[in-house]
Amino acid sequence: MKKRLLLSTILSLSVAFPALAANPQPGEELSDNQVYTYRILDAIKSMDPQISTDVEGSDVLRSLFEGLYNEDGDGNLVPAVALSHDLSEDKLVYTFHLRPESKWSNGDPVTANDFVYSWQRLADPATASEYAWYLELGHVKNAADIIAGTTPVDQLGVKAIDDHTFEVTLDAPVPYFPKMLTHTSVFPINKAVVDKFGADWTKPENMVGNGAYTLKEHTLGEKVVMVRNPAYWDDAHTVITEINAVTINDENVALTRYDAGELDQTDVPTGQYPSLKEARPDEASSTPYSCSYTYVINLTEKGNPALQDVNVRKALSYAVDRQILVDKVLQAGQAPAYNWTHFAVNGFAMPEIDYAKWTQEDRDAKAAELLTAAGFGADNPLKIQLNYNTSEGHKKIAEAIAAMWKQKLGVELTLNNMEWKVHTDKMQAQDFEMGRYAWCGDYNEASTYLGLFTTTSGNNNGKYSNAEYDKLLDESSTAADPNVNYTAAEQLLANDMPMIPIYHYTKVRMNKTDIRGLPMNNVQQTWYAKDLYRVKQ
Amino acid sequence: MTTYIFKRLLEAIPTMLLLIIISFLLMHAAPGGPFTSEKAVPAQVLANLNAKYGLDQPLWRQVANYVWGIVAHFDFGPSFIYKDRTVNEVIAQGFPVTLQYGLASFVIAVIAGVTLGVVAALKHNTGIDYAAVATATAAHAMPNFVLAPLLVLVFTLWLGWLPGGGWEGGELKYMVMPVIALSTSFMASIARITRSSMLEVLHSNFIRTAVAKGLPMRKVILKHALKPAMMPVISYLGPAFVTMITGSVIVDMYFSTGGIGRSFVDAALNRDYSVMLGVTILVGALTILFNLVVDILYAWIDPRIRY
Repeated sequence: MKKRLLLSTILSLSVAFPALAANPQPGEELSDNQVYTYRILDAIKSMDPQISTDVEGSDVLRSLFEGLYNEDGDGNLVPAVALSHDLSEDKLVYTFHLRPESKWSNGDPVTANDFVYSWQRLADPATASEYAWYLELGHVKNAADIIAGTTPVDQLGVKAIDDHTFEVTLDAPVPYFPKMLTHTSVFPINKAVVDKFGADWTKPENMVGNGAYTLKEHTLGEKVVMVRNPAYWDDAHTVITEINAVTINDENVALTRYDAGELDQTDVPTGQYPSLKEARPDEASSTPYSCSYTYVINLTEKGNPALQDVNVRKALSYAVDRQILVDKVLQAGQAPAYNWTHFAVNGFAMPEIDYAKWTQEDRDAKAAELLTAAGFGADNPLKIQLNYNTSEGHKKIAEAIAAMWKQKLGVELTLNNMEWKVHTDKMQAQDFEMGRYAWCGDYNEASTYLGLFTTTSGNNNGKYSNAEYDKLLDESSTAADPNVNYTAAEQLLANDMPMIPIYHYTKVRMNKTDIRGLPMNNVQQTWYAKDLYRVKQ
Repeated sequence: MTTYIFKRLLEAIPTMLLLIIISFLLMHAAPGGPFTSEKAVPAQVLANLNAKYGLDQPLWRQVANYVWGIVAHFDFGPSFIYKDRTVNEVIAQGFPVTLQYGLASFVIAVIAGVTLGVVAALKHNTGIDYAAVATATAAHAMPNFVLAPLLVLVFTLWLGWLPGGGWEGGELKYMVMPVIALSTSFMASIARITRSSMLEVLHSNFIRTAVAKGLPMRKVILKHALKPAMMPVISYLGPAFVTMITGSVIVDMYFSTGGIGRSFVDAALNRDYSVMLGVTILVGALTILFNLVVDILYAWIDPRIRY
């Protein structure tokens, strides 16, 4: 009774088969030097796909391991270990057809059992993965009970039909489930190696992966070195021979070292994008990055009583001149935000938010009117506390917004900066009035943003709760067109204003011009070193 | 003397225990934990994490387990943040790095600092003295977080002589800038202390006597003046030595050396309890040890001191 979906309905760009690889264009001559060196901010915390949680760790793991699907330069899915999949009519059973030639770096074939093992390991309470909830998010059958320790691990909804057929059963339809599979936490690992070496399996001398590269060296705080894996199924189409990820904490030193030719890629230090773009337009790039920046308002009784009034929240939001913030403070191509979901998220139709279309003068006038109606004015100024984690960037934004509110509304904003862990702890304990927050999408679909403001979300720090909103999100997973629900949900957020959207992120980088194949339209900023190559100049 | 050393080492045990317990409690008193993250970890997952790392047990038992692990197995536990590594591994990787550049910086700071200080004192109130004092003040006034990026700018970008960072097992060209950045301010302090202490000694009666009885100036300085003048310098050098060999967060951050200096700050900010305790214990033990070394040196230099 299974209906075979044409791969192309899901993998819209899969015509570029076989998968994606370094793909030099006619007329491009490859350089003799195919070593790629890029800057990372911090040491990689873990080389274990089921344990790693951070972005820089994922960037490295995508070279060492390969999951069911990869992403292309636009964020569309392309085949990786899985060539295609079928979906049952009830949309609960996914059957993945695995690539027979996919191998581990020790020469063993990659099988469906490897995925079964790795996914069970992710859910297993004994693994204590910080990303265990990812399976719960994907509604993989029994994941929640296994994480809670009430159901044995082997009851997880995953099965190896044969060596090259992997079946996943969900307990609710999740339309974006295939999109979730590019995340490193659901990458396969080699059971025999883990059994043999235990916790030491991620050491360079022990690690066995199925990615295009193998781990040669990992020195905390210095660098990660990866070299080609000759056993990788598409090694013939891979060009970069060695990848170096160098830890450099200071972005200015990183830029100096980039200028000295030690790095092929680095981040643009805050405030320097306009001048670098002007001086070196081919190197400086600003591309949309799936994160949104906001001030969350605490709607519980521990919050500021004045902020329980929706009109006060609206007044504050309207009076923020986001255009000035992105043009004068951030200066790196960020987009002003009037809604929550990042504008460039794949398939997301931007909702028509009323105040987004007004002029700033109109917004300011409306803000003043609302605040006066709420009983605040020159003789009774609104007093608010804003918490943010210590950072020069957050401070500049907070100071600019404080000035806007003071000038337009007479609001007295107190800025409280604190260490990051303290700030996070206070936010999660609802011990704040208004707090800086940012969210980066786990996958390329709007529900990763909108799910945050549902009543039961663990990240809903302001404790916004609206039954209608919850219903919209709940129904979106089975809706024919979830965008209808998403648009309506965004409208509710604009009406209730449980947070003040401020801007949508961009990734601002310097790239050497001889490096080609970098994805410029992937809002998740997912990239694969195997797709890069260096040309002769 | 042996009894004295033995006694001091015995005293170190309760000191270290106290250090561990106080650090442990202070760490746990700080808001947030190792698994506090902007993406909140669901309660059940957090419970699994706490169970795995023993954070679900009462504090006293955590401390007891921790101390027992160290005493019985010399095991400082797993890192809570660098989850592929144990604290022993983190220290084993980072400490040799800081030890290398720290030792080199120490030797350079002592030689340059003492020389500068002695010369300044001997040429008191001359152009040489002023130049030496100016050099020391400038070196002291230049914080290493300003010096480090400046060095990279000059030696890496402009001159192209040295790599801007990395360690590569301690190759000389990777060590030059970390050593300059770390030794400069220590050198300045040593020079200032040496100069003032030397001036004081040079004006004392026994030096006047030595000069009066016709000893050559060189002999007066090296044989009679230098030793007593070194006393305040040595008491400064004990803790300075420990600070240098356990590295500097600035050096590790700016030069990507992979040293242990960064782990201290990183571990504190990340609430990586075990790494932070491990580094604290390392620094604490070294401090106790080198304070003892300083006291022994005192007795050796100054015949009036007897234990």
